Amino acid sequence: MATETTAAAEGHVSPLGLEEAGKCVDSHGGAIGMPQLCPEWMGNQIFWLAVTLVVIFFVLSRVALPRIAAILAERQGTITNDIAAAEDLKVKAVEAESAYNKALADARADAQRIIAETKVGIKAELDDALAKADAEISARTAEGEKKIAEIRAGALESVEDVAKDTAQAIVAAMGGKADAKTVNAAVASRVKG
Amino acid sequence: MEGDVVQMGAYIGAGLACTGMGGAAVGVGHVVGNFLSGALRNPSAAGGQTATMFIGIAFSEALGIFSFLVALLLMFAV
Amino acid sequence: MATETQDTAAQGMELVFHPMDQFIVKPLFGDGPVGMFTVTNVTLWMALAVLATIGLLVLGTSGRSTIPTRIQSIAELFYGFVRKMVEDVAGKDALPYFPYIMTLFVFIVFSNVLGLLPGAFTTTSHIAVTAVLAMAVFLTVTLMGFIKHGLGFLGVFWISAAPLPLRPILAMIEVISYFVRPVSHSIRLAGNMMAGHAVIKVFAAFAPMILIGWIGVLVTPLSIIAITAIYALEVLVAFIQAYVFAILTCVYLKDALHPHH
Repeated sequence: MATETTAAAEGHVSPLGLEEAGKCVDSHGGAIGMPQLCPEWMGNQIFWLAVTLVVIFFVLSRVALPRIAAILAERQGTITNDIAAAEDLKVKAVEAESAYNKALADARADAQRIIAETKVGIKAELDDALAKADAEISARTAEGEKKIAEIRAGALESVEDVAKDTAQAIVAAMGGKADAKTVNAAVASRVKG
Repeated sequence: MEGDVVQMGAYIGAGLACTGMGGAAVGVGHVVGNFLSGALRNPSAAGGQTATMFIGIAFSEALGIFSFLVALLLMFAV
Repeated sequence: MATETQDTAAQGMELVFHPMDQFIVKPLFGDGPVGMFTVTNVTLWMALAVLATIGLLVLGTSGRSTIPTRIQSIAELFYGFVRKMVEDVAGKDALPYFPYIMTLFVFIVFSNVLGLLPGAFTTTSHIAVTAVLAMAVFLTVTLMGFIKHGLGFLGVFWISAAPLPLRPILAMIEVISYFVRPVSHSIRLAGNMMAGHAVIKVFAAFAPMILIGWIGVLVTPLSIIAITAIYALEVLVAFIQAYVFAILTCVYLKDALHPHH
């Protein structure tokens, strides 16, 4: 193992001999010099690089890039459409709001009108009823007054009767012969006053 | 014995070549530092100039890489 | 390499550093030489990157839902991120090249991230790979510039904002920097990935220290903490390097589409 290590180390420090022999790798698989400069590997690398680049180029230009471009364009379209739709909806919402406000104002006006009409109707009815009631009240009052007057007249008559009776009784009690006719006349004149 | 002298010279040369990488480091630091001081003065213009900064870094760094390559060549290929 | 380290450590040997062994290309089946069409670990990890791409970007979006699922929103994030980057940096007329840049970005992201799995092979840490990526970008951009603008594309080197006597000198510098672009473009990515992985491996080699001597009581926890910290940094670097690679491609593309600054 020790000799191997020295051999490998020697391979590293003095590659001149082996490199002249056209070798890039020593007997242990270690690199001699810079592997990047080994000419026998370059053809291989360049060939496979060319293959790789061609494959990647065709994969990208035929499949991947158009697809990604399509996706991005589609997304841009979707975003634009969505923004337009949002604008439409916004306009609609504004319209709906104004319609609502208009309906509200109309309803308010209607309500005011109805209130006013109702007020007028109620007032007329009330006035009617009041007039009717007034008329009834005055009729009743008149009737009542008439009745009171009758009652009063009745009462006056009674008072005269009572006074005549009382006067005859008094005259009789005083010993006089009470002439009914005279007494009545006297009482009547007195009552009339 | 002659080969040993050649090896010694190659190794010394490799070490000297590596000092060039320090120059590249200074250069890259200079580019980025100046970019940053400009960017902090006018941040709105900084975004568009990042690519320019990277191009500057690449050019500056390439020379450091050249010296590194010279060092490697001296170490392994001479 | 890991088993070798354990073996030697358990027997009281000195520490063994093999930070570069993780980058070796091996045949997946058998032990033969690595030819051009051999199925190797490169093939495996690139195939996994392809599968991850298909899983995220094709299967993840198969729902086509308007309200995305989690995977679908990640896929859309990738798409939107790269598309915005192309639009912002290279301009609207660069959008036909968007699948190309997306391919590069997705491949690099998945290679980097899959490479961070323990025991994984990082395909983007090889200069051969990143050089092909960078040269592809360089050639595409240059050819496209000449096709679109003819010789007028050379105006990218002729800076009309500069004073006239300076222009030839600047043009020379511009030409040189134009041709250095693919080099720095590729080495930046490969170097970043290689460096991070090698550093993690070096710290990992210190971890069995506790089996060797009393100093390991101190060194082993430190090395494990360091591995954790570097790993977190590497996750960040994996994404940033993919981003940087893609954004530099966009910058180069912009130069080709609008050569007159």
